[in-house]
Amino acid sequence: MAVFERTYRRFDGALSTRRRRFLVVPRYALTAVMQSRAFVMFYLLCFLPPFVGLVLIYLRHNVAALQLLNLPLDRLRNTLPIGAGFFERGLEIQGFLAFLVAVVVAPALIAPDLRNNGLALYLSRPFSRAEYLLGKLSVLALLLSAITWVPGALLFLLQGYLEGAGWLVEQGRVLGALFAGSWALILSLSLLALAVSAWVKWKPVARIVLLILYFVTSGLGRLMEMALGTWWSELLSLRLVIETAWTGLFGLAPRTAMPAWAAWVALVAGSLACLGLLARRVRAYEVVR
Amino acid sequence: MHDSAPAVPPPDPAQGPPALQAAPPPSPLPSPSPLPSLPPLPPIVELDGLTVSLGGRAVLRDLRAALGGRCIGLLGPNGAGKTTLLHTLLGFFPPSAGTARVFGRDIRTDTAAIRAQMGYMPESDSFIAGMSGIRFVRLMAELSGLPAAAALERAHEAMFYVGLGEARYRPVESYSLGMKQLAKLAQALAHGPRLLFLDEPTNGLDPPARRRMLELIRNVRDGGEARVILSSHLLRDVEECCDEVLVLKAGRVAVYANLEAERRANRRLLELEVRAADGAPAAAAFAELAATAGCDAALGTRQRLKLVLPDGVDARDMFRLAAGAALQIRRLDYKRDSLEDIFLKAMEGDADGGV
Repeated sequence: MAVFERTYRRFDGALSTRRRRFLVVPRYALTAVMQSRAFVMFYLLCFLPPFVGLVLIYLRHNVAALQLLNLPLDRLRNTLPIGAGFFERGLEIQGFLAFLVAVVVAPALIAPDLRNNGLALYLSRPFSRAEYLLGKLSVLALLLSAITWVPGALLFLLQGYLEGAGWLVEQGRVLGALFAGSWALILSLSLLALAVSAWVKWKPVARIVLLILYFVTSGLGRLMEMALGTWWSELLSLRLVIETAWTGLFGLAPRTAMPAWAAWVALVAGSLACLGLLARRVRAYEVVR
Repeated sequence: MHDSAPAVPPPDPAQGPPALQAAPPPSPLPSPSPLPSLPPLPPIVELDGLTVSLGGRAVLRDLRAALGGRCIGLLGPNGAGKTTLLHTLLGFFPPSAGTARVFGRDIRTDTAAIRAQMGYMPESDSFIAGMSGIRFVRLMAELSGLPAAAALERAHEAMFYVGLGEARYRPVESYSLGMKQLAKLAQALAHGPRLLFLDEPTNGLDPPARRRMLELIRNVRDGGEARVILSSHLLRDVEECCDEVLVLKAGRVAVYANLEAERRANRRLLELEVRAADGAPAAAAFAELAATAGCDAALGTRQRLKLVLPDGVDARDMFRLAAGAALQIRRLDYKRDSLEDIFLKAMEGDADGGV
């Protein structure tokens, strides 16, 4: 019997629970993302800075190793204090890498679905637009978490373990700042990347637009600040906004004229605008007026 | 999870019949398959004053009907609102007035429950890029709520069912238009819905592919496991598959007709050309003869005679009557293309009709 000569029967087995159904999307998306060998290589490189941080923390607490390497302990301690500045600088580096990961991954998550009318297929099932977005967002959240707050928190705990309970209590704010700062980056970056991808519907163009948004607006913000002498122009730059928010969280001296509250307001407003854009674009069919 | 599970799982007698079972091979001819007379089914879709406005324009206006067939054709010219009606039933567009019920559930409040029982094959080229055919269908089945293992099994079966078994590991982007249509049908079927929405399923298909698609639709219809709403602007497709038809015109119901009843009625309607032995027209004489057999007769143009046969009388009786009176039936036509007649009448008349 040829296997294609079959007849249709309904499915009468047990269904999966509705609440966990959005997890289907990241499972498939992550598999697709990890099929690219180039991306996997790049993603592994993103763990290099935390590894360097790990080595530095280890050396700082290992006198024998320092003597072996002929490195002066006091000089190392003075030139590289492990505290809020160390972790904030690490988060800046990882934040930039997270941006590059988002540039690569986000357009591939959403633009092809819109370009190939895939949303009608998703949304004709018991699956809402919110679940679709949550599923796509969770892919980025997972990938970006693994290179931002997760290694940061592990390094913090290692440093606390080596330094002692007193340091942990004294620097407790850093752990909260790492977590909150990373999530501020993850959410705002993911929403921006998804919104741009949904808007242009074409992967390469979405990536170019994201790069322009990051680099050009940074330079433009600085230029306008110098020309106009006001910090308002710094709000144009995603990098400056997020770094200002971080310095506020870590309790460090501000490096920009922009106040921390303004940075937070800009982040929240930008994220809401991106959500609004996604709500307009992520539909089974668009109504052309 | 791998996509390389056995394509056809071995039957397990303890588990009952498999999801997709052996069926008789498709018939080579695409003729309309008459449906056996069955008791009327409960309505699947009830339109209750449904009005939908898009972009400030009323696209559907006060639709009222109870669709109860096994395969219901949605017909209408371009822009009549066929696709909008399907999208509204799927919950893509909110009604601006009135409502509709699918399996008794209100589309305003029970969208998820309705969608769980539906399979939808969109008109446009729709797929998820970067996936093989099997992975695409499996993803869609999982999103419909099937557990991963069951989704994989059903995806394999659905791909074989639609005839893409050999191509199921190829990327969907590499499929031809006909294969993409079949893949769309597979994803609509994979989760085992009770109701299938097929929007222009034969669009862009060559004749063999079209025949195959219609055969599949008839197979689903005749299996009785799912009911079908087929939107098409091709009368032939609807006539070959559907037992009921809803004709839309300018967003209103123009006609809602039972094609089976029409076909049965048409089998009682004959058009004859009758001549005497010398070749002279004899329609009037034969009309009197036919009246004695209980037929309603009317003279048409060009000496054609139209007859409505009563129960128990068939065309052979007409030949016997003619032979007895030394008349010759030179031409006998059953009334055909009833759907075209219905459609044309609907397009001529005002909307909100019924047959």
